[in-house]
Amino acid sequence: MSETYDVLIIGAGPGGYVTAIRAAQLGFKTAVVDREHLGGICLNWGCIPTKALLRSAEIFHYFQHPGEYGLTAEKVGFDTAAIVKRSRGVSARLNGGVGMLLKKNKVDVIWGEATVESVAKGNQPGQVTVKESKRAEPPKGAKGAGSYQAKHIIVATGARPRALPGIEPDKKQIWTYYEAMVPETMPKSLLVMGSGAIGIEFASFYRTMGAEVTVVEVLPQILPVEDAEIAAMARKRFEKQGIKILTGAKVTKVEKASDSITATIEGGDGKPQQIKAEKMISAVGVVGNIENLGLEKLGVKTDRGCIVTDGLGRTNVPGLYAIGDVAGPPMLAHKAEHEGVICIETIKGLHTHPMDKGKIPGCTYCQPQIASVGLTEAKAKEQGFQVKVGRFPFAGNGKAIALGEPDGMIKTVFDAKTGQLLGAHMVGAEVTELIQGYVVAMNLESTEEELMHTVFPHPTLSEMMHESVLDAYGKVIHT
Amino acid sequence: MPINVLMPALSPTMEKGNLAKWLKKEGDSIKSGDVLAEIETDKATMEVEAVDEGVLAKIIVPEGTADVPVNDLIALIAGEGEDPGSVQAPGGGAKAEAPKASPAEAPKADAKTSDNAQMSYARSNEAPDAAKAVNPAAGQPAASPASGGEGGRVFSSPLARRLAKMDGIDLGAIQGTGPHGRVIARDVQAAKAGGGLKAPASQAAAEAPKAADAPKAASPAPKAAPAGGAPAGLTTDQVKGFYAKDAYEEVPLDGMRKTIAKRLTEAMQVAPHFYLTVDCELDALMTLRETLNGSAGKDKDGKPAFKLSVNDFVIKAMGLALTRVPAANAVWAEDRILRFKHAEVGVAVAIDGGLFTPVIRRADEKTLSTISKEMKDFAARARAKKLKPEEYQGGVTSVSNLGMFGIKHFTAVINPPQSSILAVGAGEKRVVVKDGAPAVVQVMTCTLSCDHRVLDGALGAELVSAFKGLIENPMGMLV
Repeated sequence: MSETYDVLIIGAGPGGYVTAIRAAQLGFKTAVVDREHLGGICLNWGCIPTKALLRSAEIFHYFQHPGEYGLTAEKVGFDTAAIVKRSRGVSARLNGGVGMLLKKNKVDVIWGEATVESVAKGNQPGQVTVKESKRAEPPKGAKGAGSYQAKHIIVATGARPRALPGIEPDKKQIWTYYEAMVPETMPKSLLVMGSGAIGIEFASFYRTMGAEVTVVEVLPQILPVEDAEIAAMARKRFEKQGIKILTGAKVTKVEKASDSITATIEGGDGKPQQIKAEKMISAVGVVGNIENLGLEKLGVKTDRGCIVTDGLGRTNVPGLYAIGDVAGPPMLAHKAEHEGVICIETIKGLHTHPMDKGKIPGCTYCQPQIASVGLTEAKAKEQGFQVKVGRFPFAGNGKAIALGEPDGMIKTVFDAKTGQLLGAHMVGAEVTELIQGYVVAMNLESTEEELMHTVFPHPTLSEMMHESVLDAYGKVIHT
Repeated sequence: MPINVLMPALSPTMEKGNLAKWLKKEGDSIKSGDVLAEIETDKATMEVEAVDEGVLAKIIVPEGTADVPVNDLIALIAGEGEDPGSVQAPGGGAKAEAPKASPAEAPKADAKTSDNAQMSYARSNEAPDAAKAVNPAAGQPAASPASGGEGGRVFSSPLARRLAKMDGIDLGAIQGTGPHGRVIARDVQAAKAGGGLKAPASQAAAEAPKAADAPKAASPAPKAAPAGGAPAGLTTDQVKGFYAKDAYEEVPLDGMRKTIAKRLTEAMQVAPHFYLTVDCELDALMTLRETLNGSAGKDKDGKPAFKLSVNDFVIKAMGLALTRVPAANAVWAEDRILRFKHAEVGVAVAIDGGLFTPVIRRADEKTLSTISKEMKDFAARARAKKLKPEEYQGGVTSVSNLGMFGIKHFTAVINPPQSSILAVGAGEKRVVVKDGAPAVVQVMTCTLSCDHRVLDGALGAELVSAFKGLIENPMGMLV
């Protein structure tokens, strides 16, 4: 009989490993199972390596316009392999870091594919079978395949790219983010299907690196979850950069040739059109990894490809929990981490509350950046709020002008009745680093008054956050 | 390390008390069991007993200090080998994080000291576990450390404050569910919807059920409170404005007066009262009483072993009537009704400056002579303000008798959480019609105030009728 864990977590992505560390801190004997990489998609194939790529693109972009800053740069070029190598290096470094953190917290790493055989009943712990993984070599010190027991089992298996029938990614010409992350050469032309955060970030990267990029979005607006005004402003910027954008349009057919694809696109500008491109990226969302975990046999309730939980991570099967992408949208690393901590603290018997999903920020690291939290203006109205909306343009901010970044906007949405900050939406330079100010304010339940009384440092981009609030109440200074 | 002496909670709902008197001076050596200080709450004066040995190194809260919050540091005891002179109050505030409800300590002290109401204090280093051990509810941060009671700061979010103000809800009456009991927007919304109010502050009074009897003692007060808290009424200055300055003297409120004002205001607002009046003929009871009193043996001092009063019969009759009408032997508890097996009958005892309602437990089972003896003891100790909280808490009904003042008929205010109260008038000879002819009989008019949430008209009438039957056929109380 193998030893019994208090907590066994399936999946070492940002949700899983953070939960494991918190579990260990709470005194639980903890193990985390993964089949491929510590840190999950986020760290290895998502958030982090794309930021490394986009940083290369950003610097390259500045090199292309040195004159704006009084500089000269000649023979500016890039080495695709080196850009990719840097990105992989960033992931590798952090991947090792996660391993160290787990070791430091005495969390056992088990390498392989896990199936839940049973959950804990009375004094009988749950059973998890781990089969050998063919996907990657185990990290040093990891335990191998076998049968493991745990009192509490947390599923944190994340999500994977969604595939549209007939347009399935083939790794060669139709990419998912995996292939898009490690190009051998920069494609000359690229079709991006889907304009969510993933699609737009790759569109932005490849356009900056010189590719002819077309983005096809089935909904009438790119970045569909963002505020319409912000998305429209971003779209204008993208189009100015030369990205072709088709909204309300659908890829209905893809024909592959040896060195290109030809996509048939319906809707958008009217009649069906054909777009030829060297590569295509399918970025039409992600679906939860709920298969081969033994969930059906246990009778775990799922809904649209995700495990149903009570907001504290508990599934309908006692002793089995789910957090992160596999537990439903928004599928974001920071949501997974937070959800994991709530789940494990609930198991510990600490006083927890379900996460307020209305206060989870979202960031897109395209050029210009997009960041938001809370309700869009349209959503707020839809929910029956009478709103006060504040806007402040980058053009009115000293720091933005000094940076050479005069394009962008910060928009705030307040409940006219109570002064509650309902949402904040930003487009422009560095806004992904600004949004947390509003997130803190929302979590502290600030009204416009506290935000107005807050002193923002000068000269910073953050002053625009102040001015946007002032604008909502007709007190703006710099416009 | 010096031992922190904290302000004890004399009852589960006590939030503050007055430090009436120090019985030890700085520098006095302390043995376990020594009485350190006297604490005055709304109704009782209690002694604080040492559970540690050492030297009273420092008195932090001087005697005569009013409204000291529970768990505030009141003194420091230097342990063995410590220099009392060098003992310092710990930095970072005197407030201990211990959950406040630690009724656990009370029985321990009481066991050793028979008659005097005594409390040992909570030490900051042990309180959490001690409290948890006996009162699982105390483990929850729900015990609202957020508010320091009236006048103290209520921790709340800006949005919560604004919502409360807009809806005219008293923030202090709301049970905070945010971090450290902070009142947040959802708490105000819940209060507005009719829930989430906390047990009224500073009411160690007759009303709060004992922790042992009702584990949910610390749970929110009755639900129906209209938007929480009492309406403010006229301010001090407004009232004074109606009178000439020299026309009155100002009498400061003591804890008991505040409690009576607060609790009974609340009772009238929260519990929908209706009144049932009945005349009870007393002749048979008076005859029986004379016989019984005449038959009482002598005790060792040569005095009669008992002397039954009419009120003793009233208590017994209410006790029996409650068990004969079980549906009436119940109280309202927010989302449910608590129905009791035995009858707990409170008896209003007027004292200088207020009143107590000590509770006769199992009044249905006790003999008249036992009830009589208990009442004499209660009345004597009530006048000396030496009743223990558990002696005046709980109860399903109360008896209030103003017959000795010649009052013929009155109505009484229900004493929360009880569901009824019987107002007993004077027994007097009246001419009534009997068998079609005038007759002189001794009659006592009684009026039962009923909480309509628990008792409907017919049920109340059934209870009153059972009571009347017992009073008029008092032999039924002997068997």
